Amino acid sequence: MRAGDRLPEQAFRVTRADLVRYAGASGDFNPIHWSDRVATGVGLPGVIAHGMYTMALAGRAVTGWVGDPGAVVEFSTRFPRPVAVPDDDTGTEVTFSGLVRSVGEDGRAQVDVTAVCGGEKVLGQARAVVRLGKPDA
Amino acid sequence: MPLDQSFAGRTYPPTEPYEVGVEKIREFADAIGAPEAAYRDRAAAAALGHPDVIAPPTFAVVVSMRAGEQVVFDPALGLDYSRVVHAEQRFSYTRPVRAGDRLRCVCSVEEVTSRSGLDMITVRTEVATDAGEPVVTVWAKLVARGE
Repeated sequence: MRAGDRLPEQAFRVTRADLVRYAGASGDFNPIHWSDRVATGVGLPGVIAHGMYTMALAGRAVTGWVGDPGAVVEFSTRFPRPVAVPDDDTGTEVTFSGLVRSVGEDGRAQVDVTAVCGGEKVLGQARAVVRLGKPDA
Repeated sequence: MPLDQSFAGRTYPPTEPYEVGVEKIREFADAIGAPEAAYRDRAAAAALGHPDVIAPPTFAVVVSMRAGEQVVFDPALGLDYSRVVHAEQRFSYTRPVRAGDRLRCVCSVEEVTSRSGLDMITVRTEVATDAGEPVVTVWAKLVARGE
């Protein structure tokens, strides 16, 4: 990884079933992530993905780019726009791309992540700091 | 009703330990579609220098969100959770969470603001092992929209 490198796009499909599964695995059972009735009742267009699910997919993209699942030392994002997930078999798709912002002499790289769904950015100022090379045992 | 500003700076007692299990990590990795063997297999994790199966980067939220409920659901705070959206999230790791960790969380309220109908709260959670080894610090910023 070198400063300025653009990291290859990774696209992940998100369906209602994925949200139900994530709710169970994470313990976040907020009904706006599985009930259209509750979601529209609070002014949302319908069921939306957990922000933390979208962030988890971003993390999956980052560890994929780095090739080391334990390399992330800092990871942060804002959630400017929800990911609406329709109640059908195809769901929606979130596409992640990355830019290596900097590589320090300490072997750490900052990766800026862009997440796009339906032509709009769904994460804001998403960035990860990763340790390059094998971690110290 | 604006949030109780006196919550700013408040720190809660450590939570009871959450024991991280191999199957919980696998379940979480499956749920996010993460394919890495180090989330499932001890030998694969060991090959990367980890003493046990490691968890994906955002797994810590399983522990920190549970701990943060004592803050956001505190009736004295006055947060209407039905209006809450997740605004920001940050993790700062000392090392990856791994199977066998017994994690305690100490939650602090970093910031509370109520401005033009928007209530905002930032909760910082220090996640450490039962033995006191720091593992990860987690920040969550929640915003409640006005009526």
